Amino acid sequence: MNGKAGTAIRLVDCAKTFPNGTRALDKTSLEMRGGETIVFLGPSGCGKTTLLRVIAGLESPDEGGRVYFDDEDVTSQPIEHRNVGMVFQSYALFPNMNVGDNIAYGLKVHGVAPDKRARRVDEMLRMMQISELRERRITELSGGQRQRVALARAIAVQPRVLLLDEPLTALDALLRERLRIEIDVLLHSLGITAAYVTHDQGEAMAIGDRIAVMNKGAIVQTGSPREIYYKPASSFVADFIGTMNRVTGTLRGGALELPGGRIDWADQQGSGEMQVLFRPNDARIVEEAGAPLRGVVEQQFFLGDRTRLHVTGVADRTVVVETTEHREFRVGQSIGLRIEPGALLRLRD
Amino acid sequence: MRGRENRFLLLMVAPAIVVGAAFFLLPLARLAVVGATGKLGIAAYTAVVTNPQYFQALASTIVLSVTVTVATLVIAGIAGVFLERNHFLGREALISMLTLPLAFPGVVVGFMVIMLAGRTGLIGEITSTFGAGRLVFAYSIAGLFTGYIYFSIPRVILTIMAAAEKLDPALEEAARSLGANPWRVIVDVILPALKPALIASGAICFATSMGAFGTAFTLATDIKVLPIVIYTEFTLLANIALAAALSMVLGIITWATLALSRVAAGATAAAAG
Repeated sequence: MNGKAGTAIRLVDCAKTFPNGTRALDKTSLEMRGGETIVFLGPSGCGKTTLLRVIAGLESPDEGGRVYFDDEDVTSQPIEHRNVGMVFQSYALFPNMNVGDNIAYGLKVHGVAPDKRARRVDEMLRMMQISELRERRITELSGGQRQRVALARAIAVQPRVLLLDEPLTALDALLRERLRIEIDVLLHSLGITAAYVTHDQGEAMAIGDRIAVMNKGAIVQTGSPREIYYKPASSFVADFIGTMNRVTGTLRGGALELPGGRIDWADQQGSGEMQVLFRPNDARIVEEAGAPLRGVVEQQFFLGDRTRLHVTGVADRTVVVETTEHREFRVGQSIGLRIEPGALLRLRD
Repeated sequence: MRGRENRFLLLMVAPAIVVGAAFFLLPLARLAVVGATGKLGIAAYTAVVTNPQYFQALASTIVLSVTVTVATLVIAGIAGVFLERNHFLGREALISMLTLPLAFPGVVVGFMVIMLAGRTGLIGEITSTFGAGRLVFAYSIAGLFTGYIYFSIPRVILTIMAAAEKLDPALEEAARSLGANPWRVIVDVILPALKPALIASGAICFATSMGAFGTAFTLATDIKVLPIVIYTEFTLLANIALAAALSMVLGIITWATLALSRVAAGATAAAAG
């Protein structure tokens, strides 16, 4: 209960090797500012959950690793002394207690008086808009209601940091989207430091102040959602977040030459063959006459809010282009494309 | 349609009803009648309370069975959860060894207790070597307790292991994140989750202890348990009516315990979902 919103968290050289020899996490150092929401994003087995569990105190880092909450070294503290809130994919609500008792559990353990406890539970129920569920048994709740109760239970004790491990993965798509927004609003209104684990890049983009992309036990890039999306540091990040076109062209005379035309690229140094990347929505469809690039529609997918085209002839391989235009395209139709040089990306690896 | 279906079902159940009636209900009814037709008449049924000797036997049987059940639940409960959680070399061998007593009849279990704690038993030898006198407890209630525990543990441990396997580790982690120490986690999370399994296997354990005969017979203890009294009345004293009455009482107590536990386990299972 002595927790306050906005605890800064610092990991120093935290690695994790399991007794069977599996190295789940390489030496990782990370700073989370107070009140910041950071998302650990990556494929399964990338170490994101292990990292979360090291922060929680459910796993202790290998020799040499340290975990700090503000200036306090909590490395040797077990989870029950760290005052962290946890939300699990499986909700992990106590089936032998009703909704109200679940939310009150942490307060009870901390020795909060019954009347004060009840007031706090009321407040939590109102905040999560589930006041009518107070007396319900857990088995009578839907998945979305369960996750709201789990959030309320974690927040009720005013933890120093909130840790969410794939909290929306078990829910259906529509509910996931709605709860994602609610969680984002909630985290920012509380001003609490939060770490959120997910494999879903859409969730990461929507919730994270910062995203730490992870692969094979290491953080490969940390940055704002925009930085991660438009300035991926490696081809792994580029490919993991959204769709990325990867084409090979030749830089000659201040322009990048592709099979379907050329892109003026005056400020680019060097010359010769090179690989460049661009996002599907960075290629604009233009009048074919006088277009810098030309291609042929191979396939089209109407996605409701946008249309996705597979276009051949532009580059050495099929490129994906997205447009919000309402017009319909025909397979086999010739189209013109324009890609601003600023949208082109060169990667070192 | 419905009538035909019912007739068909009745036809299918008929063999079970015939066998049940012939070999269970009829002898049971006969037993009940015989119990009331001896020297004492219907009073034979109250003899178990009014006669101090019988009452003593009933009381010590119940006390022994309850103690054995509680001790077994504690030992097998802890061991079952531990075995489910920890994987180590020889775990499989240990589990199959723990279930070994299921293969032995009560007589053999009694024999083993004598080998362990009888007049020439292992424990006696060890204590006398250390000059502490010969410790012998096979023929007292402690001997019975040891034997009963031995064959009760496997019945409970397997049920507990199955229940512990279904425990979501996230539940314990959630409780700990909310500040619960390991002891509270056991009380608030693990025990409630294991409750149906503890009740069900505890009831079986109690019923088995109430009716156990072979072990008590082999140990020929100074304490008479009810099955031994029934045997003595029936075989040695030819007091058939009283033996029948005592059998009915023993059966009713055990059956009622099982029925009650089923209700209790059902209620907690429903509450736990």
